[in-house]
Amino acid sequence: MKILVGVKRVVDYAVKIRVKPDRSGVVTEGVQHSMNPFDEIALEEAVKLKEKKLATEVVAFSLGGPKSAEVLRTALAKGADKAVHVQVTDAEAGKLESFHVAKALQKIVEQEKFDAVFLGKQAIDDDSSQTAPILAGLLEWPQALYASKVEDAGAGHMKVTREIDGGLDTIKVKVPFVLSADLRLNEPRYATLPNIMKAKKKPLKNIPIKDLNVDITPQTETLEVTEPPVRQAGGFVDDVSALVAKLKEKGFVKA
Amino acid sequence: MLSTLSKSARLNQTRFIRLSHSAAAAKDAKPKKVAAVDSPSFVMNLFRGKAVTDQVFPYPLNMTDEQKETLGMVMSPLEKMLVEVNDVVKNDETSDIPRAVLDQFAELGTFGVLVPPELEGSGFNNSQMARVAEIVGAYDLGFGVVMGAHQSIGYKGILLEGTDAQKQKYLPDLATGRKFAAFALTEPTTGSDASSVRTRAELSADGKHYVLNGGKIWISNGGFADVFTVFAQTPVKQADGSTKDKMSAFIVERAFGGVTSGPQEKKMGIKGSNTTEVHFDNLKIPVENLLGKEGEGFKVAMNILNNGRFGIPAACTGAMKHCIQKTVDHITTRVQFGKKLQEFGNIQEKLVEMISKLYATESIVYMLSSNMDRGIKEYQLEAAIGKVLASENAWLVCDDAIQVHGGMGFMRETGLERVLRDLRIFRIFEGANDVLRLFIALTGAQHAGKHLAEQASGVGGLIGLAVSRVTGGNTGSNFGQVVDASLQDSAKVLDQQIALFGQTVQGLLMKHKKGIIDRQYEMHRVADAAINIYSSAAVLSRATYAIKNKSSSADFERKVATYYVDKAMKSSNRFLKDAGSGVENASKVATIESLAKEVCGNGGLTLQHPVEL
Repeated sequence: MKILVGVKRVVDYAVKIRVKPDRSGVVTEGVQHSMNPFDEIALEEAVKLKEKKLATEVVAFSLGGPKSAEVLRTALAKGADKAVHVQVTDAEAGKLESFHVAKALQKIVEQEKFDAVFLGKQAIDDDSSQTAPILAGLLEWPQALYASKVEDAGAGHMKVTREIDGGLDTIKVKVPFVLSADLRLNEPRYATLPNIMKAKKKPLKNIPIKDLNVDITPQTETLEVTEPPVRQAGGFVDDVSALVAKLKEKGFVKA
Repeated sequence: MLSTLSKSARLNQTRFIRLSHSAAAAKDAKPKKVAAVDSPSFVMNLFRGKAVTDQVFPYPLNMTDEQKETLGMVMSPLEKMLVEVNDVVKNDETSDIPRAVLDQFAELGTFGVLVPPELEGSGFNNSQMARVAEIVGAYDLGFGVVMGAHQSIGYKGILLEGTDAQKQKYLPDLATGRKFAAFALTEPTTGSDASSVRTRAELSADGKHYVLNGGKIWISNGGFADVFTVFAQTPVKQADGSTKDKMSAFIVERAFGGVTSGPQEKKMGIKGSNTTEVHFDNLKIPVENLLGKEGEGFKVAMNILNNGRFGIPAACTGAMKHCIQKTVDHITTRVQFGKKLQEFGNIQEKLVEMISKLYATESIVYMLSSNMDRGIKEYQLEAAIGKVLASENAWLVCDDAIQVHGGMGFMRETGLERVLRDLRIFRIFEGANDVLRLFIALTGAQHAGKHLAEQASGVGGLIGLAVSRVTGGNTGSNFGQVVDASLQDSAKVLDQQIALFGQTVQGLLMKHKKGIIDRQYEMHRVADAAINIYSSAAVLSRATYAIKNKSSSADFERKVATYYVDKAMKSSNRFLKDAGSGVENASKVATIESLAKEVCGNGGLTLQHPVEL
């Protein structure tokens, strides 16, 4: 089984997000970036399957600006065998939508004959959660979304456990398939310095987006990005009756 | 590293004493002339009142994109592991860091940071290493000492002085943490003179082994290290056929047999770091394990310590950042007298003091590491200044952080008291700050003295010197070109202080001549002025670099730099005025001497209690 894993470069989860003064987006210059945490989990699962000899090759994919190469090299350091960077400019990268990413993934899958695509369930920057299902639709492959456990089910099938409201949902999917990783699927390994050094020798292929014939014209327009409203300071009341009076006054409790 | 308790200082002191002796001897023997050599070092030239800025401007940091990216890739896993795998509180409580924890960090590559990849290391340069040390210092200084004792001094000798065969044999295991290293120099009776080391290694009759006997104390990683860099006396044949004991360095494996380690010492801080005695009993060292040349152990030790010294300021920088973060978290939430602490002027001032101290230290760390990375060899005074300034700044910053936290700062739970305890050793080991101050002042003064002697014997002679002293020297600085226009006021004051520094040192040299070696009162003040001046130059260089590169914090840095240099130059001026006021000092020093003598002669305080009971 040859697995393609999508990894996205996002603003690091620990960074305090600031909105640009012109409200066109968030500040990304001079801000620590890293691999989307859910993509790290997807990658870890693919590498584990390779270690269990269930997968033969793991290829990391990223669609993004020049600096996306960094997350691809991290992916190589964490065990991917090869990497593919579908290149756009930074300006274009800021306007990419799940649909464009799925289209690009579809092209790569078709060109290089993959048996599975592993993705994070969502990226922590735009929280769309759309790439995996759109890709499954485009490829007409079965999908196993929000996976929390992945096992071999034999005869060209995989057994995938999904955490759903109130319990677990276990499904069997036929390979080839699209998988999206949930938080508890595994704990990703660290990129170690020796592996980072070794990763420098692994192949990283650059493909300009135009070579894939994928149209990345935005389908949505961002009108404004704003900070969440600041919580108003509360006040103290002397006793319960004062509290009830206040609540009545504000209309939270019927008079 | 703890094993090097004032060890390098001891060495340095011995060295300058030795150098001074030879200089004095040269002066006595008339025909031999003292050769004054020009130095490219900023601090060396400072002693001649010259501003030689090639090693300071422009700010020498120059990491390639690839080096930055590799560093960036390892930083977040390192921080995660320091939080998730390492438990700093437990290490402090149990006085141990479990081997399983060390093994996980070994996998990450943190024990072979500077070793080339061919030898299974991470292949980092010194600036990348400094950043790693900074992160470790922010989370666990005890862990930092384990790391430093292993790679900054433990096996550094093999990396710097080892033969290819020695490197091939030892570095892969050490870089990957499959084996650990320790540096073994300190002994119970080794005073200021490293040549008094008593551990001996004598060549066996068949010439195949050295037989090692002796004991070392305060050896960091001593309890579990597999490989030791050991310094011992060896009888060395002289040209005239006689033999003389000289120190040599050896690579000693615990597996050779005959190594015993004592129990873990009980310490004030860095408790997670393992510190023990190490004894060698008729241990056979194969001759091929001699490190460097026979009899040149002193040089090997100096080279190791000088080269590894920047790790301490880097770790201290990290510790300061930790303290500042805690302080900001506290003062932006804690309310007293109806106001958040951050609104009080005194709190703001304390915070800015912390920031400016951090800024100066960090500026020196990366100046030093970058200069080493570009192959500059003469940085011993700058490294010594970095060590003194960093360890004292970190102490002051942590102390103020505790003060701002009030009673909470005193509580173990806040996590600052441990940092303070851990930091205390940094002013003592790897060259006690007091001795390093003398090293800085005397090495510099000796350099200036040679030039002065040469000058005095030339045209104009002493009268010419006296004239130049009165009229004030020209530092020859190029601050006008290399410092950003917005920082020229600071640069001007710095230039004045450099001139005053040169004049003060020259005055002291002319007055005390070789007796300057005993003028500790003046020399300490000269060293303090040198520390203020070099750190100000580093700060101006760094701020100029930030402004030029349009760093997002450029404006902030400009303000911090102005604030720091103003204060530092006032201090420098005070120290220099103090050092230069001859008559006043004579009586002060006499008072100090007589008071100390009286109490010591009495074997204790001679003070009568006010209640006479």
